[in-house]
Amino acid sequence: MNRYLRWVAALAVASLTTGCSLIGSSGPEPAARTVTLVAHDSFVADPAVLADFERRSGIHLEVRNSGDAGELTNKLVLSRAAPLGDVAYGVDSTFASRALGAGVFAPHRSAAAERGPQRYAQDQEQRLTAIDVADVCLNIDTGWFAQHRVPEPATLRDLTDPRYRGLIALPDPTTSSPGLAFLLGTVAAFGDPGWQDYWRDLTANDVKLSAGWEEAYNQDFSGATGQGPRPIVLSYASSPAAEVDETGRPRTRALLDTCYRQVEYAGVLAGAKDPQAAGEVVDFLLSPEFQAQVPDQMYVYPAVDGVALPPGWAESAPLPQDPAELPAAEVERNRDRWVEQWRTLVRG
Amino acid sequence: MNHGLRRRLPVALAAVIVLGFLGLFFAWPVAAIVGLGLRGEAGAVLVEPSTWRLVGFTLGQAAASTAVALLAGLPLAYVLARLAVPGRGLLRVAVTVPFVLPTIVVGMAFRALFGADAGVLAIVLANAFFNVAVVARTVSGLWSHLDRRMEDAARSLGASRLRAFTSVTLPALLPALGSAASVVFLFSATSFGVVLVLGGGELRTLETEIYLRTVQLLDLPGAAALSLLQLAAVVAALLVATVARRRRETALRLRAPSDTARRPQGAEWWVVGLAGLVLCGLGTPIVTLLLRSVSTRDGWGLAGYRALLGTGQNGTLEVTGLEAALNSVRTAVDATWMALLFGLLASFVLVAIRRRAVAESLDLALMLPLGVSAVTVGFGYLITLGSLPGDLRTSPLLVPFAQALVVTPLVIRMVLPVLRAIDERLRQAAATLGAGPWRVRREIDVPLAARTVLAAAGFGFVIALGEFGATGFLARPDAPTLPVAIARLLGRPGELNSQLAYAACTLLMIVTVLGVVLIERLRGRTDAVEEF
Repeated sequence: MNRYLRWVAALAVASLTTGCSLIGSSGPEPAARTVTLVAHDSFVADPAVLADFERRSGIHLEVRNSGDAGELTNKLVLSRAAPLGDVAYGVDSTFASRALGAGVFAPHRSAAAERGPQRYAQDQEQRLTAIDVADVCLNIDTGWFAQHRVPEPATLRDLTDPRYRGLIALPDPTTSSPGLAFLLGTVAAFGDPGWQDYWRDLTANDVKLSAGWEEAYNQDFSGATGQGPRPIVLSYASSPAAEVDETGRPRTRALLDTCYRQVEYAGVLAGAKDPQAAGEVVDFLLSPEFQAQVPDQMYVYPAVDGVALPPGWAESAPLPQDPAELPAAEVERNRDRWVEQWRTLVRG
Repeated sequence: MNHGLRRRLPVALAAVIVLGFLGLFFAWPVAAIVGLGLRGEAGAVLVEPSTWRLVGFTLGQAAASTAVALLAGLPLAYVLARLAVPGRGLLRVAVTVPFVLPTIVVGMAFRALFGADAGVLAIVLANAFFNVAVVARTVSGLWSHLDRRMEDAARSLGASRLRAFTSVTLPALLPALGSAASVVFLFSATSFGVVLVLGGGELRTLETEIYLRTVQLLDLPGAAALSLLQLAAVVAALLVATVARRRRETALRLRAPSDTARRPQGAEWWVVGLAGLVLCGLGTPIVTLLLRSVSTRDGWGLAGYRALLGTGQNGTLEVTGLEAALNSVRTAVDATWMALLFGLLASFVLVAIRRRAVAESLDLALMLPLGVSAVTVGFGYLITLGSLPGDLRTSPLLVPFAQALVVTPLVIRMVLPVLRAIDERLRQAAATLGAGPWRVRREIDVPLAARTVLAAAGFGFVIALGEFGATGFLARPDAPTLPVAIARLLGRPGELNSQLAYAACTLLMIVTVLGVVLIERLRGRTDAVEEF
């Protein structure tokens, strides 16, 4: 054997035997029934609630994060011939039509869907079950407005007022999913093509665009840790619950009349290895235990009626009463055109 | 078994392993996803003028970034290779740190330093910031082995210091410079996070456009057309680099490094000064990050560091910051040995192949993973690896595999110039003195290459630690690496999350420094072997 090869082999053996390698450290054997849950990146659940479900059902739950709602949907569409798992969670109302059109999901009817989720149903067969709702809304730094004696804005129209010139930070709709939701919100509010005039006025009012929510919120927004220069930012209705001072009072507030609703769905994947167990997992996502921990873990609202919100949410992060929404099919039909028009309009 | 066969069999075996790995984890997935796109109307994208503006901007910013990285990296390489100044080991470590920092974090640091509208300049500087390490390490690797007496001879014949440098040293360094330049160009042409954060969605490259079309729009035909365009641009750049290297990877008189370093004299102090300036430039964003990690709304504090033991505000992460660090180390160890295995096998094959055209084609093919979008490879995995037994798409091994794909070309680029530079006459001399072929390898090749191989291992480990493109797509939530955890933390509201993200950045730097120091110590010990 060649000297190099021997050297290389010795190296490989050495690193394998150090026990520092993944191959060297395989985990414990999973339970007899394993369900793989493919979820968006924001999926987090209370480990105790998951463990309790696994014990009661005898199902071992494997969670795989797979990007944001759009990325997840596209991955599911591409891999439908050999699905990535058994259940998917996180396809939202913006992308639901794409997933349903591609035949990614199989029908599954959860009993608990009657108590709320049903109203967000996308099709008769209930291939997608609503698990939670999230509202993309403008957030403001209330301290800034008090300090500068500027009245707080309330509506989308207010933002084009010269008073709020240079105060707004938004993520780009073409590169960010909350940004896209905001664009859809303006379409819902001002109609097509009325939204284009609105954006002309908004752009003239010096909004600062960034590629993602991360930069807009962490760097441009004055109400977050980064303490940037701008007191108005696009985020979620629930974000103020994370921005509380020492006394537990929120430093920021969501403008509830500027919200666009995103419903997040779960569904059994067509071609799942164990559809029965996969259905049990969807039922679990609608269970009171799971629904109750959804706000604290993911900053979204439970889809099932009558689930109590965490203490403080009523004050800091109330659910918007009348958020804007567009039918999923309409979004699917027009999304690319709107985004392209927005790009020409704002980016020139 | 006849002699020729015994010589060729290991080469053939190694070639099969290398090509098999490359084919299975790169060529097949990429071909599959691009092929899927080409079934649609891919041609339409190519006639849009905006596409060609994208190509121009992509190549332009990559070329500018490469130039800046070369200019900034050379003084550092000189100091590392040639001068015996105090703190040289520290310098080698410090230069490497920028390379591992998560792009989103560096992007945000540059955004803070330059303002949000700095645009192209910020992108070029940020790309160069990441890649100075590639230049410094690749070039100093060969430089420290160059026989100083050639230069001294030129000087004693009356050449000025500059003349001696340009006519003797620079030509000898060209293979390493070409290697570094091509790697930096590829990294810069395909840098994704930097362009996204600093371009603000307005400045776009082929890479960000491929990402948008694949991940957000599911416009596979458009993405496929752009991927092919990027591939063509990358192959063209690599061909230029190959031609530039062609006549220059010749035998050099390599020496053990201890002979070549000496105390700086005269004008060399200027180089030391320049290196110091570059170091300050590299340090600025790092210090910004460090300050960010200890600043809270109510002044200075260590809340972020204490939070490393936890999982973030309301359990944003599935594991603690420390566990994420361990995952990073584990994954990077796996990626490193895989990359070393494939990189050394490939280098060995490349040196053994006598026909230049074949060797150059294989070399080029091995570089391609750096030039193809991580999204293309990742989405390719979705439609190909599912049909293999054991569904690798969900295997924890996929992340190190994907990282090894990125690290392997760099190992080759570092090791190959040294292997090629070994004077055949040394081997012949050893043979004349009665050494068998294996003995020749052991006595000549191994001692001369060992240091560079260890350096490549260290650098590869560091790349894998900081790798986010492929890792971001493939990492599992229960086993996030530090960069993945940091990106996740920055994607959530809450003071604790953002403090923890910056503390985790510091932890990543510390792990990097420890890794590099360890490798440096190992490298130091090889000195004994090198007394030949």
